[in-house]
Amino acid sequence: MAINVRIPTILRSYTGGAKAVEGTGETLGDLLTNLDGSHPGLRDRLVTAGSLHRFVNVYVNDEDVRFLAPSGLTPLDVKLDDGDTVTILPAVAGGAADRAAAGGAGGPVPAGR
Amino acid sequence: MLTIDRAIVDAIVAHARRDHPDEACGIVSGPVGADRPMRHIPMDNAARSMTFYEFDSMEQLRVWREMDDRDEEPVVIYHSHTATEAYPSRTDADLAGWPEAHYLLVSTRDPDTTQIRSFRIADGAVTEEPVQLVDGQHADDQRVADAAVDRNAVQSYLFGQTPTTVDYECRSAH
Repeated sequence: MAINVRIPTILRSYTGGAKAVEGTGETLGDLLTNLDGSHPGLRDRLVTAGSLHRFVNVYVNDEDVRFLAPSGLTPLDVKLDDGDTVTILPAVAGGAADRAAAGGAGGPVPAGR
Repeated sequence: MLTIDRAIVDAIVAHARRDHPDEACGIVSGPVGADRPMRHIPMDNAARSMTFYEFDSMEQLRVWREMDDRDEEPVVIYHSHTATEAYPSRTDADLAGWPEAHYLLVSTRDPDTTQIRSFRIADGAVTEEPVQLVDGQHADDQRVADAAVDRNAVQSYLFGQTPTTVDYECRSAH
């Protein structure tokens, strides 16, 4: 299964500058594991402790994976089909509150830590 | 340095005043690689909070697709602080995911004076930059006109003299 994955600028250091890469996987989680083989480090910017980072948006075709996740399952369990396009966009978020107060379990994607 | 049309800044300030005391957020897009903010796009604050902002993920996808189609990128990402100064919080620095953008902060804390400051944020490091306001040829966005109607919402800026262009010195060393 070939899945087209659109990579945001901030993560292109992992893809040799490529805006889009191809990967395979039955689910989003599989795809990210597969991509990490060809683009080491990429998965860690998106997933911590088995969950998608709070401040990363991932879309399959035109749907946010958080809305696609079957009940009881996580976004990483979302099924993919051959020819799907997965788009990764760092969330745009912030604010005056410190992060603990804002309730965000943060996302290493943005700050890279 | 951020160079931006005064009318766009007016529209951003109007947006921030309108949504006060909640934080307001949005972007100004421009041609890829040109570093020219042209099209003001106010975004919903999905958090609807006085201390936090977050773009709605589906609106973000739609707007980002539209930019792709127009060969644009987010040149400015702005949001307001409504009870604190226009300086990135630790949250802002940690969550900044667009190192190529100018992060414009607007403080509406003072009802009479709006503070505007611009920053680059990369890998959590915050660097302030000067803002140059220019008058003139702007923006092909009807929403600018809509937002700019409320002239009373636009207060004097912290760096608000009124020559054609205004530079103010950055406080942070590079």
